[in-house]
Amino acid sequence: MSGGLLEHFSHIVAVLLMVAGLHVVMARGNLIKKLVGLSIFQTSVYLLYIAPGKLIGGTAPILAPEYALYSNPLPHVLILTAIVVGVATLALGLALAVRIREAYGTIEEDEITAADNAVQDAEGAKP
Amino acid sequence: MMALAVLVLVRTRNLFAVIVLSGIYSFLMATLLVALDAVDVAMTEAAVGAGVSTVLLLGALHLCKSEEAKPVHRPWLPLSLSLATAGLLIYGALGLPDFADPAAPIHRHVAPRYLQNEVDVPNVVTAVLASFRGYDTLGETTVVFTAGAGIIALLRRRRHPRNEDGDHGK
Amino acid sequence: MESSLVLRVVAKLLIPFILLFALYVQFHGDFGPGGGFQAGTIFAAGIVFYALVFGLDNARRIVPDRLVEAMLALGVLIYAGVGVAGLLLGGNYLDYFVLAADPVHGQHRGIFWVEAGVAVTVSGVMLKIFYMFAGRGRHDGDAA
Repeated sequence: MSGGLLEHFSHIVAVLLMVAGLHVVMARGNLIKKLVGLSIFQTSVYLLYIAPGKLIGGTAPILAPEYALYSNPLPHVLILTAIVVGVATLALGLALAVRIREAYGTIEEDEITAADNAVQDAEGAKP
Repeated sequence: MMALAVLVLVRTRNLFAVIVLSGIYSFLMATLLVALDAVDVAMTEAAVGAGVSTVLLLGALHLCKSEEAKPVHRPWLPLSLSLATAGLLIYGALGLPDFADPAAPIHRHVAPRYLQNEVDVPNVVTAVLASFRGYDTLGETTVVFTAGAGIIALLRRRRHPRNEDGDHGK
Repeated sequence: MESSLVLRVVAKLLIPFILLFALYVQFHGDFGPGGGFQAGTIFAAGIVFYALVFGLDNARRIVPDRLVEAMLALGVLIYAGVGVAGLLLGGNYLDYFVLAADPVHGQHRGIFWVEAGVAVTVSGVMLKIFYMFAGRGRHDGDAA
């Protein structure tokens, strides 16, 4: 079952992409940058699902009499829907970012926290 | 190529460049998916990832500032955390079946039945999507619909009663 | 929005083919790569391209907001309606075998309508999202 690094190359690529996305989400304060990082994370999951379905010598799962060996169609179906749902949720996140920008005037996480803290301090000082 | 695009993407602070790079990244991902025989997925990724989501990101960017602020704290903690996650995941991946191993569980379970073509639709992906897994797809369509409804709810309001939100910001 | 002449001419030439390709992908999805999700996004991308070149107002005149919002709900209803039709004809929910006298033909019919529902919803949502973002941007620009 377990081979060398070469047999797991696709997994390693997926892991590295996933970690790059994770890093962007954690380290960057800008909300739009965070969403781009999140979508990179998502594409790494696509890769993780699609790669095991491939068979050497197989062809795309569209049946024709000339071919006998097909790649596994099931991951394709799952990821196909995941992509479209992914873009819909990405748009939802962007809509939230736009609303935050209208309320706070910024999309930087630190500045939003600072504004929140300032409001909290002012409310705490009032009574 | 893709690693390069991602690295530059992580480093760049100009959001416009980031968005264009993510479009390029999507196209590269689509070509990779073609190489892995997932033509349907590649088509969707090219249309959605490189087309629609780039336009959406640019539209959102138009409403926000296009330069990212310099991070105040050093990114060592997230970086080390990410690298630790990477190490752990790669260690776990070594236990997974080899690439293109015909004996892997994924090729043994339900896929052979899907490939028998009971419904007489040559494109198996379409058959599985709409017929065998109809409930899944109904759920996904509902999720897409809900996301659309959520965006309408978030962005529809005109700008007249702005003062409440504005006060909160100040 | 002023665009260059070249862009306008090329867009006018290209957009019918984009929409035609979307329909091809939709109806040829049984035999080649394609289906409701892809067709929906390609169709929406065609309209978005039109809006980018000729301005948002012109696009809104061709595909009005009301229609887009109706498409949003209509697609899910078509999909769920196929399931209900299966119920009424004596099968399980989303069971296509009963939709026609021949079970295989019934499957084809069910898949066709389900894909149509998916395409309608997806293209409606994509277009609506684009309209929301683009429309907001213009209002912001006017106010600022």
